[in-house]
Amino acid sequence: MLRILHQIWRTGVVTEPLPPLEEGRVTLAGERLEEEILKRFRGSLTIRFVDAGSCNACELEITAVNNPFYDCERFGIHFTASPRFADMLLVTGPVARNMEVALRRTYDAMPGPKLVVAVGDCAYDCGVFGESYATVKSVSDVVPVSAFIHGCPPPPAAILGGIMAAIGKDGAGR
Amino acid sequence: MKDQSILKDALVAAFGDAAASVRVEGARPSIAAMFCVPVARFAEAGKVMKACDARLAAEWAVDETVFGGGFGIMALYGKGVELLLIECAVPHEAPVFPSLTGNYLAAWRFERQMRSLMGVESAGHPDARPWIKHEDWPPEAYPLRKAFDAKTRLARVQGEYKWVRAEGEGVYEIAVGPVHAGIIEPGHFRFQAVGEDIINLEERLGYVHKGIEKRFESMTWAAASRLAGRVSGDTTVAHATGYCTALEAAAGCEVPARAAWLRALLLERERIANHVGDIGAISNDAAFTFLLYQTAILRERLLRTNQAIFGHRLTMDIVMPGGVNADITLEAARVISGELTEFSAEFERLVAIYEETPSLEDRTCNAGVLAPPLAKEMGVVGIVARASNQPLDARVQQAYPPYDVIAPKLIRCGDGDVNARIQVRIDEVRESIRLIRAIIDGMPEGPLAVDCPAPRPGATGISVVEGWRGEIVWWVQAGPGSEINRVMVRDPSSVNWLALEQAIKGNIVPDFPLCNKSFNQSYSGNDL
Repeated sequence: MLRILHQIWRTGVVTEPLPPLEEGRVTLAGERLEEEILKRFRGSLTIRFVDAGSCNACELEITAVNNPFYDCERFGIHFTASPRFADMLLVTGPVARNMEVALRRTYDAMPGPKLVVAVGDCAYDCGVFGESYATVKSVSDVVPVSAFIHGCPPPPAAILGGIMAAIGKDGAGR
Repeated sequence: MKDQSILKDALVAAFGDAAASVRVEGARPSIAAMFCVPVARFAEAGKVMKACDARLAAEWAVDETVFGGGFGIMALYGKGVELLLIECAVPHEAPVFPSLTGNYLAAWRFERQMRSLMGVESAGHPDARPWIKHEDWPPEAYPLRKAFDAKTRLARVQGEYKWVRAEGEGVYEIAVGPVHAGIIEPGHFRFQAVGEDIINLEERLGYVHKGIEKRFESMTWAAASRLAGRVSGDTTVAHATGYCTALEAAAGCEVPARAAWLRALLLERERIANHVGDIGAISNDAAFTFLLYQTAILRERLLRTNQAIFGHRLTMDIVMPGGVNADITLEAARVISGELTEFSAEFERLVAIYEETPSLEDRTCNAGVLAPPLAKEMGVVGIVARASNQPLDARVQQAYPPYDVIAPKLIRCGDGDVNARIQVRIDEVRESIRLIRAIIDGMPEGPLAVDCPAPRPGATGISVVEGWRGEIVWWVQAGPGSEINRVMVRDPSSVNWLALEQAIKGNIVPDFPLCNKSFNQSYSGNDL
């Protein structure tokens, strides 16, 4: 136990300010929600994540958004196990034919208004995997998407910045 | 060396002239042997291999229409340093071959997948259900056949997947997935349980099947290494190296020494980053979140160094046919070396905490046991195999450069439980730190890459690489115009997933996430 406390003390706080979002990293799409609604999400945003066919690289970087360096919870952003509690659906992958139904069902199970953010180049246009018998064109062909975060995979700061851009929140958390 | 031809000698002794030797390009002599046997004796050859104590490393089918043939059925066997390919040819009109399931458990899913995607029938296979292709696919659609257009939009049809059922008083069923609670890949698990005890687990995967093997066939050899690096995003270096090595073998391309050493440097960094992340994630599934956040810090620092030196956090797209496209300067070598010193000290402090937290070890010891005999029988590979005392490590057995010089230590543990899989990871992190130091000290000067020509028509190449999960097998074949005709990938997950079903028996339901995480197999690498 002493060793654990000592290690916590040694580690200190490693969390960093969020760097500004690079140009072209995020494409906002679809109709914007009313400012009043977005404002409420800025204080607390609950995310349900679905891998719809990814190679697992985007998952590693989304997981990293929770690590002590990026610490998404300081912005009131946290991940939930149930779509019933989710304000936002975070989707990765070139939607695989075998995941299309599960993705749609997860979306249907969410309460409105349903924000959807698609992470990674595959989620935008199937990326390196291409459109085929096994994939659907884009996440936006299955569920309406509010923002695309580009990259293969996008780094954690871009994912966090992109999520915040989708709710009109700046890097300082406002 | 005598032990390099046990399988070959046994096959020749049993088959005589009926087994025709075929030349296959392999990077090293030990993976150069390939034999054709008559289709009727394909399973008999498997029996001969079994009698030699060989494992079935992979089994796949090739559509050879472009060569005027039918289908080639390939089985790759391994024993110690030796690997042997046995092929039989079946005609298009009657694509049937005798199943290997009588001798090899690993053949169960290989052959279901071959039937589902290539439409070749394994006679005597006890399980007729599709695999990867779900029940709502038209049953007669075989995407890996040459006649199948990759862009085909398939209709959804009515179908049913018959799960294995347990009956009796108090037996109930839990269905989990494909969408899981955390930030992980999708798959479906069906448990039959009595009270807290799991009496059976059945996995159904294929949810992230995105047609990777078919996709290769529309790409150029050079461009395809980018796709190879995304078979499983956490294993990008190992998969890209596997693909490139198989291609280089087929093309007769000699990679410069410095490139091989740089590939190994990236591979060992990938191993450390994944192992250290896993150690924290497994602990987290036993509610010890402290280690999750601590190891996440260590992992993040490694990835940031990757970004600074190689320009990509996961070091994607650096390994390419003919070599690599990034070098390290003396300054970068100093950074990597200095980082390892700090990493190592921090890592050892965390290991000490893991080892002196009895409430954590109480969960990890004796949970999810894969007994060594069963591990051997199932043909598991990599960390799962080594935690169940199997002496399998392609870096040791195949000793491809630079591992022939830096000689990795074969790590093993005999307990086969969650703790053993953590211990193997801990020791492998330590060993990889030593290997990276040896790589930095011994790295030869020279060019980073050479031009890799396209293989000549019909040429094939095979490679075996030890990724962080374990042995990865790649096999490539050039078509009549030297284009890609077929690429086969066998991620460790394709054999190890099956063993999780066995390891979980008799455990309690709440221990499943813990046991599953200790295996941490890839969905994408399995589903392709």
